[in-house]
Amino acid sequence: MPHFDLSLVLHGQYNDWLLTGLRLSLELAGTTFALALPLALVVALLRLSPNLALRTLGAAYVEGIRNVPLIAHLLFWYFGAPELLPDDLKQRLYARNAEFICATIALTLYTASFMAEDIRSGIRAIPVVQIEAGRALGFGFLQTMRRVVLPQALRVTVPPLISQTLNLWKNTSIATVIGVAEMMYEAARVETATFRSAESFAFVTAAYLGVSLVITGLGVWYHRRYPVRTA
Amino acid sequence: MIDIIQTYWLYFLVGQFPNGPLGGLALTVLLAALSLTLALPAGIALGLARVSPFRAIRWPITGLVYLVRGVPLLMVIFWAYFFLPTITGVKTEQFSTMLMALVAFNAVYLAEIVRAGIVGVARGQFESARALGLGWWRAMRWVVLPQALRSMLPSLVNQFASTIKDTSLGYIIGLTEVSFIAAQINTQVFTHATQVYLLLALTYFTLCYSLSRVAYVLEKRLNRRTAAPARVPLSIEPTTNPAA
Repeated sequence: MPHFDLSLVLHGQYNDWLLTGLRLSLELAGTTFALALPLALVVALLRLSPNLALRTLGAAYVEGIRNVPLIAHLLFWYFGAPELLPDDLKQRLYARNAEFICATIALTLYTASFMAEDIRSGIRAIPVVQIEAGRALGFGFLQTMRRVVLPQALRVTVPPLISQTLNLWKNTSIATVIGVAEMMYEAARVETATFRSAESFAFVTAAYLGVSLVITGLGVWYHRRYPVRTA
Repeated sequence: MIDIIQTYWLYFLVGQFPNGPLGGLALTVLLAALSLTLALPAGIALGLARVSPFRAIRWPITGLVYLVRGVPLLMVIFWAYFFLPTITGVKTEQFSTMLMALVAFNAVYLAEIVRAGIVGVARGQFESARALGLGWWRAMRWVVLPQALRSMLPSLVNQFASTIKDTSLGYIIGLTEVSFIAAQINTQVFTHATQVYLLLALTYFTLCYSLSRVAYVLEKRLNRRTAAPARVPLSIEPTTNPAA
């Protein structure tokens, strides 16, 4: 085994590759987060809706998505779904960054199904009397949620949402299967070009771990700063 | 879709099995079950280390847990794939690589489940065991762990479901589990990618959803059992479980 030499990945061309990968991973995680959070909120509200049909729809979404591994989602959205598009749309998709778009769709749907459950259990932690009081005051379902329940549910919901964000960050690595040039992809590329797997993987492991620790730290900080108030 | 099923169902279920290595869905389930079984003892040991009274044991293991949880499973698989051969000198094939990566990964996740189970057992149980003269080990072994393990059962079933999902990463290193087989079928059929991948999704769904129902029923039954006698926590401790 050749000696371990980190300078290979800390300067020059290979460092550029890995940093480009890191940037794309962060972009993928960021875009997904921004899209998944509102979707998750909608799904959580569907699951709590007084209407049975909407509740079933919400439950079907959550169970249908989270019981299938992310790879199957990615393969479906990259190889399967574009087949159903009309030709001109398909052309336009492939003219752009199709991998990135498909990965974002798959990751967003996947992440939202987990976040929706966290938001739902956060909302359910709020005593029912709060909802009843809101309704009694004449607010509708959505108004009650927005003005009475969600502000209180926020404290309970943020910590699990942060740990879901951590999962999202780690899941971006799987987008490598459909050829998104994120960090894992670049690590494999550097490995192939140099045969220095230890150095390239060490760099990427440290990068994943670094961002993960920042996210975890954020969770710990929030937990200290805004502890859950028990009634 | 029916033709695809009729032509490829056996390939999908067992790969090239009688004439070649086992693959497909059977391999997926086998890999998940085996890795979880092998990881359980290690998970219990690590979980105990996480609540150990000795810092010298608790801190390194806590560090390990944070390390593995901060890194994608795919990273662990890559390390195993490229490193096991360099260390052992033997070229390991995909199955053992994946098995080892999953065992390592699961052991750490199980450690957190075990720890949560132990912390969840009322502290008075441990204190009274110690007061009765049992040492730390025996109090754990005879009083705390049996109760903790029972309350962990639903989490274990859920962990099995997520391990089944995790085995799909074998696709990336060319392990012939069910996702890989589906991709193979897709290249052979070529024109029905949507259907092939929907079928794959449906297979995973059936398996994992049933398991999550089992976990749910187990949890309900457990709650009914423990709800009956009142359990009074002796020390006032926050029972929040950050980032479970």
